[in-house]
Amino acid sequence: MSARLEIDRVEAAYGGTRVLKGVSLDVAPGEFVALLGSSGCGKTTLLRCISGFVPVASGAIRVNGTDITHAPPDKREMAMVFQSYALWPHMSVAQNIGYGLRLRKKSCAQIAARVAEMVAMLKLDGLAERNVTQLSGGQRQRVALGRALAVDPQILLLDEPLSNLDARIREDVRHEIKALQRRLGITTIHVTHDREEAMVMADRIVILDAGTIAQVGRPEEVYNRPASAFVASFMGANNAIRLDLARAGTKLRVASGPHNRAAELPHDGDVDGKVTAHFRSEAAKLSLPGDADPQGALALEGRIVQAAYPGGFWRYAVAVGDRQFMVDDERRVEVGVNARVVLPAEALHFFPAEGA
Amino acid sequence: MKWVLRAGLLAVFAFFVLGPIGNLMIWSVAEQWFWPNRLPSQWGFRFWDVVFRPTGRAMESLWLSIWIALLTTATCLVVSVPAGYALARGKLPWRPIVMLIFLLPQAFPNLPVYINIARIFFEYDLNGTVAGVVMVHAVHGLVFSVWIATAAFAAIDPELEQAARNIGASGPRTFFEVTLPLALPGIVASAIFVFLESLDEFTGSYFVGAPEIRTLPLMLYSAGAGGNIQIAAISALILLVPSILFMLLVERFLKGEVLAKMGR
Repeated sequence: MSARLEIDRVEAAYGGTRVLKGVSLDVAPGEFVALLGSSGCGKTTLLRCISGFVPVASGAIRVNGTDITHAPPDKREMAMVFQSYALWPHMSVAQNIGYGLRLRKKSCAQIAARVAEMVAMLKLDGLAERNVTQLSGGQRQRVALGRALAVDPQILLLDEPLSNLDARIREDVRHEIKALQRRLGITTIHVTHDREEAMVMADRIVILDAGTIAQVGRPEEVYNRPASAFVASFMGANNAIRLDLARAGTKLRVASGPHNRAAELPHDGDVDGKVTAHFRSEAAKLSLPGDADPQGALALEGRIVQAAYPGGFWRYAVAVGDRQFMVDDERRVEVGVNARVVLPAEALHFFPAEGA
Repeated sequence: MKWVLRAGLLAVFAFFVLGPIGNLMIWSVAEQWFWPNRLPSQWGFRFWDVVFRPTGRAMESLWLSIWIALLTTATCLVVSVPAGYALARGKLPWRPIVMLIFLLPQAFPNLPVYINIARIFFEYDLNGTVAGVVMVHAVHGLVFSVWIATAAFAAIDPELEQAARNIGASGPRTFFEVTLPLALPGIVASAIFVFLESLDEFTGSYFVGAPEIRTLPLMLYSAGAGGNIQIAAISALILLVPSILFMLLVERFLKGEVLAKMGR
């Protein structure tokens, strides 16, 4: 019952500002795609274009080849889980879940059977006759999911459905939704601003930036091979450093600077000249006075200015010149100690420097 | 010392509220009460009998008042439900002006407004008709009903309607099965306000309705002016009953969140 969703150069405007500037995306039947981005990137607008609540200015949206760009929301055979859950307070849990079936003119017995199935599947046993206002956040979230799934939708749309849950429940729900989606094989579009959530749940991640797609790929692709400095930063490689490189065969030569000695990094690819290099705090290493000189890696001379323990390792802020980098290390080091930030070639993501 | 002061204040307050009602009650059962007696010299239910006698004009007036109040309420609802929905949901650029128009009749002194209405109605033969009185009452009632209905609709999260559309409900179906049931408490409250306002209304009924249309307040007025203080007292007490009943209902129906959206 799952469907292919095609988004073809969709543009949308909101009160005069262009929110989507030509977004194209193909979603295969049964695929779980996460739309990831910071607030204002257009991810929610795209979801609302798909569901029919925001008019598409140009471009087309197709489901299994049928153009639904201008179809009213109730004729799209999609089901959405809203961020606020949007459960109807004047209906019981069972009435909420069964409403879509009632609209499809199913018999009372059919509705009751399907509602019972949903209640059992979503572990809402004993709550069917409750009023939705008496439920906890996690239970409401499951009722909203049940209401959407009860109608066997072709496409499931999730609008940040986990953002109102406690951090502790959220982890469980991620896996529950993912398992459910896999089992039912429903094409699913999930909007989120939470990188980890997108990584854990989605088959494919679409990173949106200012109304355009910055990168599409499997979680490990966008994580390990970010296509742009923006994606690298968004995926957690927040540390950025400007470097002047010279290619020498399969090596990159870094000229010595005020805070680093000259270094040679093994690297093949077409990186050359002035670049911005992004790296993650966990991919960098700390080299303390007395440690062996790092080989085949770039080393930046700095001083530890801040230390924190997020669990499992220490996270240090290291000042290099007038810049600060975050570096993780398992050792406990005092603030104020001189240390080098060691960057092996595989830790660095190179992008052409802006304005170079 | 403190509670003595408090009790004293309470007593004064109670006197101002309950004193007139107490006086009304005594008058309603006073068959003879001449100055300078403190209390009536003869008690009895003779005037209640007069009022409730099948041939009595009072009962006729009561039913007429209720009939007019019901018609007024219906008229106001027919206007205020669609208007309130449009004002709450539509992004109308002239929204504040529309709201102001509904307020306008309240901004001017009642008397000149009603005298002018009476003059206009005279040309259309509406004076002295139930329709005329209902229209006058509706002008007044629309202020409440449109404002409260707008607030009631505005208090509903649009995502609740979108959820219904999304799951397959057409626009009208969404309105009748989601929006309207959720707005109903506010709308019922506004209907009760309109009903009570119409039941008590005097000035407009007097200029447009009298003498053909004798609502209870008009009867009360002429009874009082004619020296029939007992009849006036009894009709006043009858008028109190629906007011008190409905005020209790309104308190249950009107939620704080609806009140907070009034006039937005």
